[in-house]
Amino acid sequence: MDLTFSAEERAFEKEVRDYIAESLTPEMKRATALTPSVFSDPDIGMAWQRALHAKGWGAPGWPVDHGGPDWTPAQRWIFEAECARAGVPNVNVMGVKMVGPVIIGFGSPEQKNFYLPRILSGEDYWCQGYSEPGSGSDLSSLKTRAVRDGDDYIINGTKIWTTHAHHANRMFALVRTNDGERQQDGISFILIDMKTPGITTRPILTIGGDHEVNQVFFDDVRVPVANRVGEEGKGWTYGKYLLEFERGSGIASAKLREALKTISDLAGSEITGRAIEDPDIAIRMSEVEVDIDALEMTELRVLSALQTGQNPGAVSSLIKLRVSEIRQAVTRLGVDVIGQDGLAVEPARPFYRLNHEPAIPEELLPVVPEYLNGRAYTIFGGSSEIQRDIIAKMVLGL
Amino acid sequence: MDLTLSDEQRLLRESADRFVAETFKSEHRKKTANDPLGYSPAIWKQFAELGWLALPISEAHGGLGGGAIEIGLLMEAFGRGLVSEPFLSTVVVGAALVAECGTEAQQQAILPKVAEGALTLAFAHSERAARFDLGHVDTTATKTGDGWRLNGSKIAVLDGASASQIIVSARVANANGASGKLGLFLMPAGTPGLTLRDYARLGGGRGCNLDLRDVQLPADALLGDGKDALPAIETVVDRAMAALGAEAVGIMQTLLDTTLEYTKIRKQFGRPLSANQVIRHRLADVAMQVDEARSMALRAALMANAEPMARSRAASGAKAKIGKCARFVAEQAVQLHGAMGVTEELDIGAYFKRLLAFDTLFGSSAHHYRRHAALSGRAHA
Repeated sequence: MDLTFSAEERAFEKEVRDYIAESLTPEMKRATALTPSVFSDPDIGMAWQRALHAKGWGAPGWPVDHGGPDWTPAQRWIFEAECARAGVPNVNVMGVKMVGPVIIGFGSPEQKNFYLPRILSGEDYWCQGYSEPGSGSDLSSLKTRAVRDGDDYIINGTKIWTTHAHHANRMFALVRTNDGERQQDGISFILIDMKTPGITTRPILTIGGDHEVNQVFFDDVRVPVANRVGEEGKGWTYGKYLLEFERGSGIASAKLREALKTISDLAGSEITGRAIEDPDIAIRMSEVEVDIDALEMTELRVLSALQTGQNPGAVSSLIKLRVSEIRQAVTRLGVDVIGQDGLAVEPARPFYRLNHEPAIPEELLPVVPEYLNGRAYTIFGGSSEIQRDIIAKMVLGL
Repeated sequence: MDLTLSDEQRLLRESADRFVAETFKSEHRKKTANDPLGYSPAIWKQFAELGWLALPISEAHGGLGGGAIEIGLLMEAFGRGLVSEPFLSTVVVGAALVAECGTEAQQQAILPKVAEGALTLAFAHSERAARFDLGHVDTTATKTGDGWRLNGSKIAVLDGASASQIIVSARVANANGASGKLGLFLMPAGTPGLTLRDYARLGGGRGCNLDLRDVQLPADALLGDGKDALPAIETVVDRAMAALGAEAVGIMQTLLDTTLEYTKIRKQFGRPLSANQVIRHRLADVAMQVDEARSMALRAALMANAEPMARSRAASGAKAKIGKCARFVAEQAVQLHGAMGVTEELDIGAYFKRLLAFDTLFGSSAHHYRRHAALSGRAHA
């Protein structure tokens, strides 16, 4: 057992570091640091996606014949860690990490040929049509309906919490094509062009003041049957597959470490009146750091199991829960570190393109919105309560 | 990067798990609870035959040259069975102090005997006024014509009464009588001037407090050549905390397993306890904390030979985190067993008490968060 990487892996690490150094612009880095929502705006995120694609690194988790880089689990770890350290923008994960793997796993050859290259290149920007006003954690109770009409489906209903629907040109959605015996039956997985007539999008502002999510309405929206992925009525299986990707897309510890470092640097600086000298803040910072150490070790245990061809087992389902809780602990610490400067609300967005001098130092602007928006971490992708249900059932066999 | 066990390590774990499951049953523990020795010399002999006592000792001194990972595998198994044999005192701490500080002659005299099970050790270091500060030692050692004279008091000496030799830390008075470096002294059992108050230790085994009044020791009782022993003590205690962390993981895993079984069988209001979401979620939290503790114990073991700052931060982080998890897991295990959990009729209580002992040994969770913060340059804790 050892924690060190091999000489080849070290060389790869240097290659990644060098490539990031030459292709990550100061503008991208600043924009990422000043973005208080979960996702980078597309102009920033897609610029980075194009840079990664140019190097052949556009989709680290994909198989090599679809344009993946054929990395080992350790290489993926190194790549994610270097990206976190450098503060790169978030790419369109709904494309690369969510719909991409589903199309690869269950899509037709035509779908693969058409969609996958456009995800890699950043030409397409995807959003996820899962939740509905009446179906949050109980996702499979969804009611948006697709009725067969010749070679088309006609879709009616509404989706909510749709991240970046206002930027996306495509949506993958779960829709009801039949009423089965169980509510999981009769759901199909459909790819929708967002420019199709009948689709309207309503912005929803989150409590941090950001426009990241939306409600999307479908009024007699006509989508070709050819846009269905896999079999009719089997959408729940594909959707669950994707949710597992969403949950396990985590090499999260490196990012959390950077987020803590940002707060820690602020706490050590005159900008916060050296908040670190408050022993309570100092100790909480150690508590969070130790929690990140534990998470990182758990992630490495999973990685090591994958690396040697073993099934990491149930431990991966514990990770989503801890990641979301630790993320919130970091943002809570941030609020306490900046103290009374947290009172200043800056409504304009994006913070990296303000037309005026903000009331407080620029680097403090995202702290409170990050905390406020971050309350969603324990809610989306299956709330913490759902995660505990899953752990009880799948890990503990209850 | 490889966190999988080697074949040898897997065999070690399997044999330890098997031996502990067969040997350390509830009845055995109840019997040794009233034993003045606190453990079974016959089992200790078996430990020696299995090679466990030789595990971390260098090959040059009759050992197997194993490391923190192997120690962790054994300790986790020991935790599952609440083993009370003085493995930590003799092998993980005592032998390691001799290896870190002792002259070659001292190592040759002691380590092979430890490996073959012929000699047990204890470490007398903590003092009441020190709380958990490893550098705070008021016990003095004064040079006399032909040796040393020790005066002072020690508390929480694990397995002291049964040890063949006790390693005592003391501040060495320099030529002008002022206090100087820390020294470690080998003190044989029954040395005149030593008063030993033995007690049954919380969670199993024995502990004692010591008074040393003009204890006379020979010149070669001092381990090593007079170098300050504090860095060696910190090294050994950091590694001991990693080992104890692994033991705590074994204890917590057993509590989780036992509690899971109980909540499946115990029926109230016509259905098993485990059918209630509040119980299921609590158990999910317990499982998560057991897993986090497992990661931290492994991390501390993997960092046991890192440079001192990284090693100490990992050890303190592990002790702090595992201590916090241990209290939660222990308290929830009792809670979910209901009134039966607070009786001596189930094993739960014994495991609970061992975790309580774990949290205070070598410094509580709160102490180690402070140490971690101080080592990270965050606070003057």
